[in-house]
Amino acid sequence: MPSMLEVSELTHTYPGQQAHTAIGGVSFEVTAGQLTCIVGPSGCGKSTLLRCIASLVTPTAGQVRLRGQPVRGVPEDLAVVFQDYGRSLFPWMSVRGNVEFPLRSRSVPRARRRELALSTLERVGLSGAEDKYPWQLSGGMQQRVAIARALACEPALLLMDEPFASVDAQTRFELEDLLLRVRAEQDTTILLVTHDIDESVYLGDRVLVLSKSPATVLADVAVELGQQRDQISTRESELFVRLRGEIARTLRNAPQNRGEGDHDEAGEDEEPGEVDSSGEDRADEPALAGSDSTGSERGSTE
Amino acid sequence: MRNTARALTGILAFLALCEAVGRSGLAPQYYLPPPSLVLTELTRLLGQGDFLLDVLATVLSWVISLGICALVAIPAGLLLGSVPLLRTAVTALIEFLRPVPSVALIPLVVVISAGSPAGKIFLACYAAVWPLLFNTIYAVGQVDEQLLESARAFRVSRAQRLLRIKIPHVVPFVFTGLRLAASTALIVLVSVEMLNPSTGGIGSFIYVASSGAGRMDQVLAGTLVAGVFGYLINAGMAGAQRRWITWAPAGGTA
Repeated sequence: MPSMLEVSELTHTYPGQQAHTAIGGVSFEVTAGQLTCIVGPSGCGKSTLLRCIASLVTPTAGQVRLRGQPVRGVPEDLAVVFQDYGRSLFPWMSVRGNVEFPLRSRSVPRARRRELALSTLERVGLSGAEDKYPWQLSGGMQQRVAIARALACEPALLLMDEPFASVDAQTRFELEDLLLRVRAEQDTTILLVTHDIDESVYLGDRVLVLSKSPATVLADVAVELGQQRDQISTRESELFVRLRGEIARTLRNAPQNRGEGDHDEAGEDEEPGEVDSSGEDRADEPALAGSDSTGSERGSTE
Repeated sequence: MRNTARALTGILAFLALCEAVGRSGLAPQYYLPPPSLVLTELTRLLGQGDFLLDVLATVLSWVISLGICALVAIPAGLLLGSVPLLRTAVTALIEFLRPVPSVALIPLVVVISAGSPAGKIFLACYAAVWPLLFNTIYAVGQVDEQLLESARAFRVSRAQRLLRIKIPHVVPFVFTGLRLAASTALIVLVSVEMLNPSTGGIGSFIYVASSGAGRMDQVLAGTLVAGVFGYLINAGMAGAQRRWITWAPAGGTA
């Protein structure tokens, strides 16, 4: 399998008085067609890593290569799905407008745009909703729109930043299966960040386990559960249970990093028996995600 | 439909009350004419060229004021909202200018503009520009980083982000600012017209009717016209906002 993505010695430090190193030298490679999940504790720099790969944040050091080419600027055949659908869909555009939006900047002709948007919406189960507005849809449906918007560009690499963290459990299962189905159809390479160990095992061909910030790769776990997965039986299978245990244990036994930024969780790992897979489920967004680019542009207007 | 009926009932009840008080002899009809007299007088006035010219003068001045106001405040707000350095530089000046009541500037403007409507238009703009300016500045600062980042992730250029993300985001806030500016402009226009009757308009009509002839029925008729005009402006703009800016029901406030 050819290499799709190569990340080598990626480091990112947020500047400022209390400089915070979010990522401390992360290297890994993703082959084409693979669904890789990145799991790690909240605030460990997962989202920063994703943003560095997408060139939304320029890493302090290290390199990202897409199909062997060093990445400079947001690559063309890449799409991102963010956690917060409510803040990433454009409220003044209809569902179809949102899905067509990235196609416009790719100069796809009008008729083809419409066709792509409608067929992609159908694939995510939203036929008939194309003329609605995001605020008229439920959270799960809004995230479907965001997924459709990313898929419509037919990206070679799809980055997903905790895409299912803001929907209820039932919807989450549906969306997870939707992702697996769509991925089987389209053969997209996917890199998905999550803080949910179970989700990472259920979805991934492979799980990269990150340490607390500054994040490093603690383990690279192959998930040999096959292509066909089922929310009930897969999660009951011996291999699934073993893998989630293995990943949880890796996270619990990880040596404390002497990072500058993990004051909020210091000491928590030392209590034996406290951390299980659901213990990682503190659903707050990683502390620094996105806030880096905010300060410069958002003034203090009352 | 039912709400309209209720609102009309309220208005009719109020008019009936006024009529009763007016006819009761509590105050001479000369000072407090009952609505029936006022409405009769209004019907007569609406057939008179002079009165209609006064109404037209106010309406035209209002349209011009609001137009100038929008042309100044919206671009300035976009600019100040986007360039923090500039905003910091002019904040002190704005904070000094804003609390100056525009009515306090009337003598100055009267001297400069004499009887031309330029003076009252200037003052109406001066008063109305602030809500629009502040709403626009505020709205630009409120654009969600996540929206901009989403656009960036789709390789949307900086110019396109301004055009396709920032401007649509700002529209509902600007519209609310415009609504506030519209009522403020009308209030100031009528006030200036009253204090400087040589500029014409409903305000001067009311002033002349009250001072010379002491025609309270005409005063109230003029007031009614101004009130109805103000109501129509606000209702019309609120309706437009509900109809076209469906995604942001609140639209922000000043």
